[in-house]
Amino acid sequence: MKAAAFAYARATSVVNALELLAAHGDKAKVLSGGQSLMPAMNLRLISPDILVDIGGLTELRGIAVRGDLLVVGALTRHVDLLRSPEIALHAPLLRDAVAHIAHPAIRNRGTIGGSLAHADPASELPACVVALDATIVVRGPTGERRIAATEFFRGIYETALSPDELLVAIEVPVAGQGSTFFFQEYARRHGDYAIVGLAARAVVATGRFTDLRLGFFAIGDRPLLAAAAGRLINASVTSALLADAATALADELDPQEDQQATAAMRRHLATVLLRRCVAALLVRPELEAGVAR
Amino acid sequence: MTVTRAPAETLSVLDRPNSYIGKTVPRPNLDRLLQGRGQYVSDLELPRMAHVVFLRSPYAHARIVAIDADAARRMPGVMSIVTGRELEPVITPWVGVLSHLKGLKSAPQHAIAIDRVCWQGEAVAAIVATSRAAAEDAMEQIAVDYEELETVTDMRTALDPATPVIHTSLGDNLAFERTLDAGDVDQALSDSEVVEADFVFGRHTGVTLEPRAVVADWNAAEARLTIYQGTQAPHMVQNIAALHLGLSEAQVRVVCKDVGGSFGIKVHIYADEMATYALSKLLRRPIKFVADRVESFNTDIHARDHRCRGRIGVRPDGTITAFEIDDLTGIGPYSMYPRTSAIEANQVVNLVGGPYVTPNYRARTRVVFQNKNVMCQYRAVGHPIACSVTEGLVDLAAARIGMDPVEIRRRNLIPDDAYPCASPSGMKFEQLSHHASLAKLLQMMDYDALRAEQAALRARNIHRGIGIASFIEVTNPSAAFYGVGGAKISSQDGVAVRLDAQGSVICQTSITEQGQGSESLTAQIVGSVLGVSMERVRVILGDTDNTPYGGGTWASRGAGIGGEAALQAAKALRQNILDVAAAILQSTPGGLDIVNNSIVNAGDGASRIELSELARIVYFRPDTLPPGIQPELMATRHFVPRQYPFAFTNGVQASWLEVDTETGFVTLLKHWVVEDCGTIINPQLVDEQIRGGVVQGLGAALFEKCIYDERGQLTNANMADYLVPMSGEMPDIEIGHVVSPTQESELGAKGAGEAGTAGAAAAVANAVNDALRPFGATITEIPLTPQVILTALGRI
Repeated sequence: MKAAAFAYARATSVVNALELLAAHGDKAKVLSGGQSLMPAMNLRLISPDILVDIGGLTELRGIAVRGDLLVVGALTRHVDLLRSPEIALHAPLLRDAVAHIAHPAIRNRGTIGGSLAHADPASELPACVVALDATIVVRGPTGERRIAATEFFRGIYETALSPDELLVAIEVPVAGQGSTFFFQEYARRHGDYAIVGLAARAVVATGRFTDLRLGFFAIGDRPLLAAAAGRLINASVTSALLADAATALADELDPQEDQQATAAMRRHLATVLLRRCVAALLVRPELEAGVAR
Repeated sequence: MTVTRAPAETLSVLDRPNSYIGKTVPRPNLDRLLQGRGQYVSDLELPRMAHVVFLRSPYAHARIVAIDADAARRMPGVMSIVTGRELEPVITPWVGVLSHLKGLKSAPQHAIAIDRVCWQGEAVAAIVATSRAAAEDAMEQIAVDYEELETVTDMRTALDPATPVIHTSLGDNLAFERTLDAGDVDQALSDSEVVEADFVFGRHTGVTLEPRAVVADWNAAEARLTIYQGTQAPHMVQNIAALHLGLSEAQVRVVCKDVGGSFGIKVHIYADEMATYALSKLLRRPIKFVADRVESFNTDIHARDHRCRGRIGVRPDGTITAFEIDDLTGIGPYSMYPRTSAIEANQVVNLVGGPYVTPNYRARTRVVFQNKNVMCQYRAVGHPIACSVTEGLVDLAAARIGMDPVEIRRRNLIPDDAYPCASPSGMKFEQLSHHASLAKLLQMMDYDALRAEQAALRARNIHRGIGIASFIEVTNPSAAFYGVGGAKISSQDGVAVRLDAQGSVICQTSITEQGQGSESLTAQIVGSVLGVSMERVRVILGDTDNTPYGGGTWASRGAGIGGEAALQAAKALRQNILDVAAAILQSTPGGLDIVNNSIVNAGDGASRIELSELARIVYFRPDTLPPGIQPELMATRHFVPRQYPFAFTNGVQASWLEVDTETGFVTLLKHWVVEDCGTIINPQLVDEQIRGGVVQGLGAALFEKCIYDERGQLTNANMADYLVPMSGEMPDIEIGHVVSPTQESELGAKGAGEAGTAGAAAAVANAVNDALRPFGATITEIPLTPQVILTALGRI
């Protein structure tokens, strides 16, 4: 398991990185934390001609609050998200999610930009940025463009990024009054890719959802913003209504089957997650007990 | 610790002052390993060394029509590309059978496949190059034309007339069958409640931290082959390599220093290792093979993969009247060499029902060929299957008659005062302690309180379960295991001990070290018996040129057999030293002792002469010794168990866990083990050995499975998809001991390496079923995945 020979270039600036990508097109791969790229290369699943290492670009690091936006640089590592006071204050969902990503050694190297650009449908952060209604900032030869997270993910390992573009930052709306979050995933072992997961953001006022975004992951080819959430907004949530929403959710899912779970099991677990999420966000444990624990 | 026998009247060599026996002392090799000075074969570099990579079949069963390696031969760094046909003149094929496993058959297996491949992962060509990366580059350029053949994958249909026969010369796909009928099972079952179930065990593997690794170095000038290999049995490797390369054993040296984990994976001879020896001879240079992780999954032996129908008879008073099993296992296309792939099934027949008194037992096992990776002995061979079937049936019987699982065991386990005795399958038990162990376990886990907690939580819709599993464990095997069947695998071990010129001790032993503490236990025994401090004892192992001849470390034999040889060698050297000391001091050997590196008066303990001074006199001033004295400051002793074929041990495990009945996920909360391995040399090493074994058993229970598709493709051959147990999911594991030393040796030690793995999965499965009892669901399949549990609960 040794990677095939490849060329290596360490970018000196974002402009330099874009020049390298323009020169090599889809023969190049961007190296960020390398936690998905390097294993794939060692298994010879991919053999890029050249790696463009953006690890030295300090302009892509860091977390800052600009007005009502939280701006997270693409090179921000998972461990930075885990420890950042800004993240804890304005987007605690990211902090909660990162605790489920693999193990410390991987969190010390893996980056948010790398995770989003890789677009593994079972990974946590894509679902989080969808639930948070974030914007993905990319830069290319013709300048910068902003893509809504809901538009960014196109399929398994597929995004709206062109081969000559670089993901540079993520803009997350800061958490407002009444904002509350839920993150949970079911994985065979802690740190494994989830069988099903849910990243949720809600705004709760007087016991009702005034907003609810449910980002499911590992249930399709990309993170899914569940339409079923709409049934629970501005409504008095009862067990019956929650059951309706669960049925609607099961109908809108088209999950894949793999070694860990059949499609039926994924649907089932997604509805369990929905119930547990709503019960937790509304602080109403009785909603969870629809089915015996 | 509970000692079931009163201490001997007189102090034994184990009770000497400053004894290290029974003490947790740091392992002497720790600093060396922690400072990165381990000598692992993976790290070994020799001058002119080349690296071999094997091109492996992508098909489970195919004819090799043509191999075109022309382009690959022109790649940079490539030295040679060798096919099976080209290697055939250098190394002969083998057949993995043993004569005491009557009827066992297998087909000749080659180091590299010739004409036909029989599993996905079988090597079809060797690429030798200046580096592994260069060899892998060249490998991509080799074109092999395969003609795919029909595969045999499902063990259940392997014997059907419509299923193709993998080796036509064998006539059918049946490798081995054994039946046993003891007592009167039909009569016993006819007047009992009969409970039956199908038990299914996933195929899994050992996953060592360091993969299999070998460097073979043929020295044409000396006509000698040196094999550096991570193995558990250096002398066995020496014998096999010599046999198939046409050499005498004296022409083969096997060196095995540090090994990054074995678990039975490295006690076999693999085709790619044989090919590496042969390539070194063919190319006259050192050749290195280190399996990568994907190769490990595809070629390291797999184990378990049994389907076993079990029946138990029980009376309303809890008396177990009979056990009956019909077991089936698929072992891949060849019986493994040289220990064979029938041993696990044979062990299942030997061990089912073993802890219990019922004399009525009927068994059949069938071992079939299939186009999957080879299966063979992995830690606790057969034990987890036998234990899961037995203990699963006992719990089902208890549930049928409404009896507590502990109570039914109390009424049926062999009484602690019934020994020696034998099982219906003929296993001889010297001294077991099932009842003392169970009593200790219940006290450790506070069984009654746990049951009360379980009931209280049920009311809150929280479903926890308690699972108990008693087990017996095969350790210290005599020649009955392999030798009687014709395998040149030694069941004896030897230790040589000598005093050097400064009073330190050098000890050469034939057991090997794979991380379990062989060096430590040897030094502890030698230091204690000699009266020398441990830091003065240096242990040398893993070198057929420089250690006595012996079996090595496997089947929980290192401490019990190699340890006894060390004890006897140290006793002999001690006597020799005292003889010399008596001459120097004008005393008698009986009037002297060795304590803390000095000769002392046996009576008042007064120091007479330092060992270093005695050594100085012996080696440099023998002229000052009385006339006629010829000191002998080296002693060698060998040991093999003669009275019992195996030193059986016993124990009991318990699991406490919670099942999320909506998601099917199991959370392990606590695990307890009580084990009786006789004399404990190093409590920490024994406890960690048991914990490690438990973790491998928990892996089987919940996580590990080699998933094959219907075409014989292993679909999860990587560490992301094959789930080994990890610390986050592991419970605290509490260990207790009962001590019944074996009388076969002065040391009294039995093995402890299989115990954890033997019973862990059974305890977990019983606990899951205990948790699910209100739902009317019973599961007798492992691994207990969420998918399996949700299906049993009818949720999906």
